[in-house]
Amino acid sequence: MHNSEEFKIPFGPQHPALKEPESFSVALKGEKIMGVDIRLGYNHRGIEKAAEERTYIQDIYLIERVCGICSHAHATCFIQAVEEIANLVVPKRALYIRTLIAELERVHSHLLWLGVAGHEIGFDTLLMYSWRDREVVMDILALLTGNRVNYGMNTIGGVRRDIDPEQIQQTLKAVDILEERTKYYIEVATQETTIIKRLSGVGVVSYDDALRLDAVGPTARASGVKRDIRADDPYAAYAEISFDVITDDHCDVYGRTVVRVKELMESYKIIRQVLKNLPEGPIAVRAPRMIPAGEALSRYEAPRGEDVHYVKANGTDKPERVKIRAPTLANIQAVKHMLKDRYLADMPIVIAAIDPCFSCTDRLVSLSHIDSRDKKTITWPELHQFSIEWHKQQGIDFTQLNKQLEERLKKC
Amino acid sequence: MLGMLFSILIFPGLLFVSVFGLSVEYIDRKIYARLQNRLGPPWFQPVADLIKLLAKEDIIPKAANQNMFKLAPLFALTAVVTAFLYIPLWNKESLFSFNGDIIVVLYLLTIPTLAFFIGGWYSTSLYARIGSVRSLTQLFAYEVPLFMGILSSALLAGSWSLKEIINFYAGHNWFWFFNLLGFAITLVSFLGKLEKTPFDIPEAETEVVAGSFTEYSGRLFAFLRLTLDVEMVVGSALLAAVFLPFGFSLPPVFAFVLFMIKILFIVSLISLLRTIVARLRMDQMIDFCWKFMVPLAFLQILINLIIKGIILR
Amino acid sequence: MLREVLGSIFKKPATNRYPAQKLDMPDKYRGKLKFYPQKCIGCKLCMKDCPTGAITINKLDEKKFEALIDLSRCIYCAQCVDSCPKKALEASGDVELAQLDYKKLKVVFRAD
Repeated sequence: MHNSEEFKIPFGPQHPALKEPESFSVALKGEKIMGVDIRLGYNHRGIEKAAEERTYIQDIYLIERVCGICSHAHATCFIQAVEEIANLVVPKRALYIRTLIAELERVHSHLLWLGVAGHEIGFDTLLMYSWRDREVVMDILALLTGNRVNYGMNTIGGVRRDIDPEQIQQTLKAVDILEERTKYYIEVATQETTIIKRLSGVGVVSYDDALRLDAVGPTARASGVKRDIRADDPYAAYAEISFDVITDDHCDVYGRTVVRVKELMESYKIIRQVLKNLPEGPIAVRAPRMIPAGEALSRYEAPRGEDVHYVKANGTDKPERVKIRAPTLANIQAVKHMLKDRYLADMPIVIAAIDPCFSCTDRLVSLSHIDSRDKKTITWPELHQFSIEWHKQQGIDFTQLNKQLEERLKKC
Repeated sequence: MLGMLFSILIFPGLLFVSVFGLSVEYIDRKIYARLQNRLGPPWFQPVADLIKLLAKEDIIPKAANQNMFKLAPLFALTAVVTAFLYIPLWNKESLFSFNGDIIVVLYLLTIPTLAFFIGGWYSTSLYARIGSVRSLTQLFAYEVPLFMGILSSALLAGSWSLKEIINFYAGHNWFWFFNLLGFAITLVSFLGKLEKTPFDIPEAETEVVAGSFTEYSGRLFAFLRLTLDVEMVVGSALLAAVFLPFGFSLPPVFAFVLFMIKILFIVSLISLLRTIVARLRMDQMIDFCWKFMVPLAFLQILINLIIKGIILR
Repeated sequence: MLREVLGSIFKKPATNRYPAQKLDMPDKYRGKLKFYPQKCIGCKLCMKDCPTGAITINKLDEKKFEALIDLSRCIYCAQCVDSCPKKALEASGDVELAQLDYKKLKVVFRAD
């Protein structure tokens, strides 16, 4: 291993810097990154296919589990598409409650990100503090929805739970605490010397590049691209709420941090408005079990960026096709661009700066040899056969193991 | 002979310094946790970790150089434990005091870094190799301010022996106040030696997994962990002896307790320092050491020379 | 940062000793399910709507039903609670469901 010679190190699928498994192969020259090969697909779970085999009601909970952090985002996005196909008019109160949960979710997601970013640059104190304060919003979410992450708040035609005045008071109190803490984090992010040293000038994506690479969410907004579905194509109750789209012109990781902490302040503003103007009325309309044939595309501004769901219905109680485009898929190409000519030390924070959610992203597995360009499609039985052969070569015979497994299952 | 063996193996040698190292690790972790508003580990956590690791299997990579891989941790541990024998604990004289022992201690403290490099390099893992190259690169950055900081104090005392240095400061009360700048420089560069934030670049877990230690497990890893703990004790003790050289004239028991308190004070300073900073990048760290710390260390030496030339004449 | 960090020394730690000291869950927390056999009419809507197939309703006798809930499959979405027309199902705040024995995760509610 000489300094002049290039070598490749695996960065993932299992790596302390990655909170979710995903495979990167980094070509290094000393400490300098010469190229990054991103191989998506490690965490493919077949959710889209599974969604086609379940009813719409079951799908809500399945789609909610596309992502653990932005679960409300995916569920709402899916439901919006279904409601559009079924021509349902969702009551206003339900829309407001959806907006409320969406913003609380954004607060928890951004605070989580701040902690992760702190950890990636070795600042564990920031991680501990921001996650401690995140517990405040987690408690509120548990109080309002009945769970800390997979809220299960949505149902086709509205929401499942109403909120009462006492809960509103508690939420407002929590928002006051969080607002004060966020002011402190803005101070920390913009004034701590070591943080600024590690963040500024790292992972630069210019305005033009952000447009060319189709960056979304805070990643795009930190490069000055004013792109926010909440403002551009308002859904839920956002059309009736005033808020600012935060942008920044630093174009680097520092800019992304600033955008996120400032967005927290906007979220508090939105939460207060929602709670103040919460209309009276029912929280849901009755939805049919059979959704009429049709198709719809729905967009939603998740904490990580624009989330797109496409649903095609065929008149039965199961969708014919569900397509999910998670925000990370839009941003991941920018990572490659950001890492060019940077140091290995910058890699964790640059990857973390797009707030990646790899499990949401992985939609397709394409296996190809790392150095070859040609790809081929193989069917499921072929893959099965291939794996048996491969393991036989490694000295593991699955026919024996399968027999043992069957015997054990019989005993159970 | 038996007395000498006792002092090498039990007090203040291997056993004492290991136990003390573990308690220092506990105190460090507890303070770190409390500063982060956490509960922190229970008191037996470092001991439990050590016992757990000692009971585990050693896994040595096939491609690794077996002997080097096994010897490096022992080599590192031996070096730091030996260094502790040269530091005066309750009177002005350490067990094996001689003229020039301060240099020996400093060099013995450099050995663990080299051992980590060797262990990491010969384990042949890519992460370990990057980590060990980093720890060696880092060595060239912090070693100079560290040596200059410590030696500036020795310069004022006009001796390379810890005994003489302590004697000098006992004769010239409050002179150690002039060395506070040197103390700060040494403390910060010492963080680089201990590989703690902001200089934990060689074992930055989000970048190179565990650096040189990536392939270590079981007993060998336990020795490496113990080495880092003991290194912290020895380094803090050296700093305490050189920069806080008071109270050695007290009765031995009191002097010993006072010395332990001094060590713990330095350890808490280290915990505090690593709580409030982020990890630097390698280039930033080298910049920081050479452009900021070294000039300051020169300033300290200049101050000491002036004092020596004007006041002590 | 330094001020905040030093201030933390005098604060109560935010974490707690978990198994010894438990946290309270909010009233309507969606934990382990409860089933009231006497209310069940056997419409099996809960079975139909369950996303994971964790719940099975068996007919024991005329107007007597038992529910078999597989806690290892349940995702605690409480859709069955919403689907049930007779409110025979309820979510409780019980969240400490970890088991070493796989068999203990299958819960049977019988009418007696």
